[in-house]
Amino acid sequence: MTFINYAAREINCKIVYYGPGLCGKTTNLQYIYDRTNPAAKGKLISLATETDRTLFFDFLPLDLGTVRGFKTRFHLYTVPGQVFYDASRKLILKGVDGVVFVADSQEARMDANIESLRNLEKNLKEHGFDLATIPYVLQLNKRDLPTALTAEEMYRQLNYKGEPTFEATAPVGTGVFDTLKAVAKQVLMELRKK
Amino acid sequence: MSDFVLFDEEFQQIKDVIGRLKADAQAKVVFIVDKNGQQIAAQGDLEALDTTSLASLTAGNVAATDGLARLIGEREFPVLFHEGERDNVYISIVGQRVILVVIFDERSSLGLVRLRVRKANADLERIFERIQKKVELEREKRHDGIDSPFAEITDEDIDSLFRE
Repeated sequence: MTFINYAAREINCKIVYYGPGLCGKTTNLQYIYDRTNPAAKGKLISLATETDRTLFFDFLPLDLGTVRGFKTRFHLYTVPGQVFYDASRKLILKGVDGVVFVADSQEARMDANIESLRNLEKNLKEHGFDLATIPYVLQLNKRDLPTALTAEEMYRQLNYKGEPTFEATAPVGTGVFDTLKAVAKQVLMELRKK
Repeated sequence: MSDFVLFDEEFQQIKDVIGRLKADAQAKVVFIVDKNGQQIAAQGDLEALDTTSLASLTAGNVAATDGLARLIGEREFPVLFHEGERDNVYISIVGQRVILVVIFDERSSLGLVRLRVRKANADLERIFERIQKKVELEREKRHDGIDSPFAEITDEDIDSLFRE
């Protein structure tokens, strides 16, 4: 749900990074945070366990610049990926404008990817959204690992609707900004229709 | 789901209400956040505060307690109170849609804040109802052919946001 503030001339949008545990959602946000000009970002907040697993969410506010005289602000969130945090995961999707699904390329994690994608579809539906129509990008992360499946094979199993798909290695930033740009673009294009 | 739109007139009214509440409750800061974590308006000593993070965490907090409420068969917990050594946070839900947050210290008291919030809550609820009606009206107008300011967004506009 985009928040358009005519008084402050701002558009606020919410992007959620979804995916199975340890797929690199937080690493995506961390890289964006590290590489963004300090004036354009707020604090990166991580509600994590003592072992650095996301407990509730990570949050990063970003100012992207001005479109048609309106400041565009994106709030990036991650969900906790571990299966048993489903109740928290559902809460984060409230009012979402766009979703990035971060898939783990390791062969052993393919089942977890598929389970998480189904979970995303179900949780979106509970908030009245449809994965088939919401702005959506697929990121194939951890492409640098020797156990990674081919991108074609991953696409075959995870592609939902011909969404923009990017290969990524989040710790070094490969594909991270391309992913963000692709989802932000779809969210802003949605505004055109409204 | 419909977008949330805020116009100048109502923005000013909201600021007036929370400014008055800040004075009446002798609070340090009063702010309003929507349930998705977007800050709507704030009044008070904001210099030292990261209001964007506060907004997001407040919404997360309310979302988590809403989840708890439903698990035990309650619709929501309309009031949350956090007591600190120096500062306290009083959170209440306005019209099931937005969140009113009051930060106060020993110069005020929970009783005073609670009393003043009740009055402000009713005023805010009326304003947010008006906003809702206005948004619906705007949407109908748009269906009659009046374009939104974003109807003309181009690929070029969006690409320019990502240029170094």
